[in-house]
Amino acid sequence: MMALLEVKDLKVRVEEREILHGLTLTVNEGEVHAIMGPNGSGKSTLSHVIAGKPGYEVTDGQILFKGEDLLEMAPEERAAKGVFLAFQYPVEIPGVATMTFLRTALNAQRKARGESEYSTPDFLKKVREVSKSLNIPQDMLKRGVNVGFSGGEKKRNEVLQMALFEPSLCILDEMDSGLDIDALRIAADGVNALRSPGRAMVVITHYQRLLNYIVPDFVHVMSRGRVVKSGGKELALELEASGYAQFEAA
Amino acid sequence: MPAVQETVERVKRIDVDQYRYGFETLIESDKAPKGLSEETVKFISEKKNEPAWMLQWRLEAYRRWLTMTEPTWARVDYPKIDFQDLYYYAAPKPKKTISSLDEIDPEILKTYEKLGIPLREVAMLEGVEPKPGEEDPARRKIAVDAVFDSVSVATTFKAELKKAGVIFMPISEAIREHPELVQKYLGSVVPTSDNFYATLNSAVFSDGSFVYVPPGVRCPMELSTYFRINERNTGQFERTLIIADKGAYVSYLEGCTAPQRDENQLHAAVVELVAHDDAEIKYSTVQNWYPGNAEGKGGIYNFVTKRGDCRGNNSKISWTQVETGSAITWKYPSCILRGDNSRGEFYSIAISNGYQQVDSGTKMIHLGKNTTSRIISKGIAAGKSQNTYRGLVTAHRKATGARNFTACDSLLIGDKCGAHTVPYIEAKNSSATFEHEATTSKISEDVLFYCIQRGLSQEEAVGLVVNGFVKDVLQQLPMEFAVEAQKLISISLEGSVG
Repeated sequence: MMALLEVKDLKVRVEEREILHGLTLTVNEGEVHAIMGPNGSGKSTLSHVIAGKPGYEVTDGQILFKGEDLLEMAPEERAAKGVFLAFQYPVEIPGVATMTFLRTALNAQRKARGESEYSTPDFLKKVREVSKSLNIPQDMLKRGVNVGFSGGEKKRNEVLQMALFEPSLCILDEMDSGLDIDALRIAADGVNALRSPGRAMVVITHYQRLLNYIVPDFVHVMSRGRVVKSGGKELALELEASGYAQFEAA
Repeated sequence: MPAVQETVERVKRIDVDQYRYGFETLIESDKAPKGLSEETVKFISEKKNEPAWMLQWRLEAYRRWLTMTEPTWARVDYPKIDFQDLYYYAAPKPKKTISSLDEIDPEILKTYEKLGIPLREVAMLEGVEPKPGEEDPARRKIAVDAVFDSVSVATTFKAELKKAGVIFMPISEAIREHPELVQKYLGSVVPTSDNFYATLNSAVFSDGSFVYVPPGVRCPMELSTYFRINERNTGQFERTLIIADKGAYVSYLEGCTAPQRDENQLHAAVVELVAHDDAEIKYSTVQNWYPGNAEGKGGIYNFVTKRGDCRGNNSKISWTQVETGSAITWKYPSCILRGDNSRGEFYSIAISNGYQQVDSGTKMIHLGKNTTSRIISKGIAAGKSQNTYRGLVTAHRKATGARNFTACDSLLIGDKCGAHTVPYIEAKNSSATFEHEATTSKISEDVLFYCIQRGLSQEEAVGLVVNGFVKDVLQQLPMEFAVEAQKLISISLEGSVG
């Protein structure tokens, strides 16, 4: 099995304060990893640093993606290489139709990879296929990106993009926040349909609940900027019963 | 959206100074002596072979101008202009009288080629039809009256327009060929005494376009003019007059670019529109004159007076502007809603970057009964620029049932720019209904990062967000120009973030 993502002894600062104090994590192709931990443990920081969000200073360690130095790449390059971050709070972009956004982004990625851009009919065909499989009405694609979308619609839009861009690494940041149980199930079904031997997922969550729907191969517990415990899916259930307090104390 | 990617391609091709139109054409030109005096005014009038009444009109304006002072109320800041240090007239020296495009100086044609004009114009002159499948229903015919510096050097489609009875020609020709129309309408919307710059224009205007659409005629094509300031230190004083007679319709587009210069250049144009009963005029502007360099040096001073008079009942005048250029913009395309049930519209996108200063807006003056107006203004400020919307909506005592809706939205990019909104609202009768909405927002880092995470570059992301912001206004442009305007918007914001 090939290592897709290797995070080695990563130290990260935000405005002079160290948030990650030497984090190590390896994710192989085809695996689904859950990262759990209390607020402020550094889960979202990890996802942002992998995606290349500005404002974070990596002071030590490295991140390899398919063996290449990810930290040397611009965020849009990382996207074109197959890193996808599903946002906890997807932003609204008024006046930009979702369809336009999807096409612009997909073609930008394809171009960066030296692939031909999709023609309008090919693109429409592909979007229709994917959105149908996710139960996304065509009408939603004509609206401004996430403008007036419900929480469930926003998350489905993230899953739609994931399906369309076909990334090899998907990071789902708190996908369950703001979703009721039905919306959560729909979004999770969408994610499960995208599990494949060539694709890995990192699922970041507070709660075990999401992991009932997206069942991970591995679970990591983060506390104070480090992975403090790793195990199989049963670790999540353990945590649900005993809470994070034991790790906080450590 | 392929336009966004195309934009980026174009941005990459732009030279270090990021201004694609900054080239200079080397042609001999025929200049008036430097400075402004009665002699200058006479020189211009003589160059144009004008009748005596026209010279008289100019001289009156000149004498009036001497008594006036420059307005200082706009939120713009610039060193005092030495009006004696400018050239007021520059024309390319024609070798002979021109009757077709072939005879035009190849240097001038090359200039237009760089501007991308002939792509459209030449194709149509050659009668080239779009390939099947590429048919764009909006790709209507466009007649271009090209103004190179101060003289119109090429007027196309004259014959077809003539068949429809539409008069479309340089105003200098109209003064000679249709004096009765010019005398009747010139200065009837913007009087020679109107304001400092309009008065100056009245004295020294060199050329511009004249359009007359006779009663009941729908102008069979978009009319278009490209202005270009080429000569060093020449003020560009264009004068445009458009009349839509009863029940007529005309759509007119003006596009402007200027080569790159270190000295600031003054442009003080006047545009007058007259719409009679049931007539409609749609006037669109895409202005991307040189905005100055990254340090705020150079660039055009764009001090323009544009006004439309809805003189007849049920008439309509609509202004649409996309303003991305000029160092300083001072411009308020306005509507006088004189006729009952007349309607005025103002759709504006004003983008400022670098050290640009924009003070722009509109005036909607409701005089007739049940007159309506609509103002949609989108101001985008980036870099160290200042962007002001200044507007007046007023209802006269007799303008019962007047209605206005105004929406002013400002978008800030970065934290060194400013956006300001200065609305004046006066209702002199109790039946008027005025609505005003205003928002100011900032492009958030989160929105940009979201786009970038999906594979867009920083420039593409800004272009996408801004184009979304201005969408309502872009939709008002004739479709073939909307795409160009969209590209222009992205180009003008290049380098505004990060």
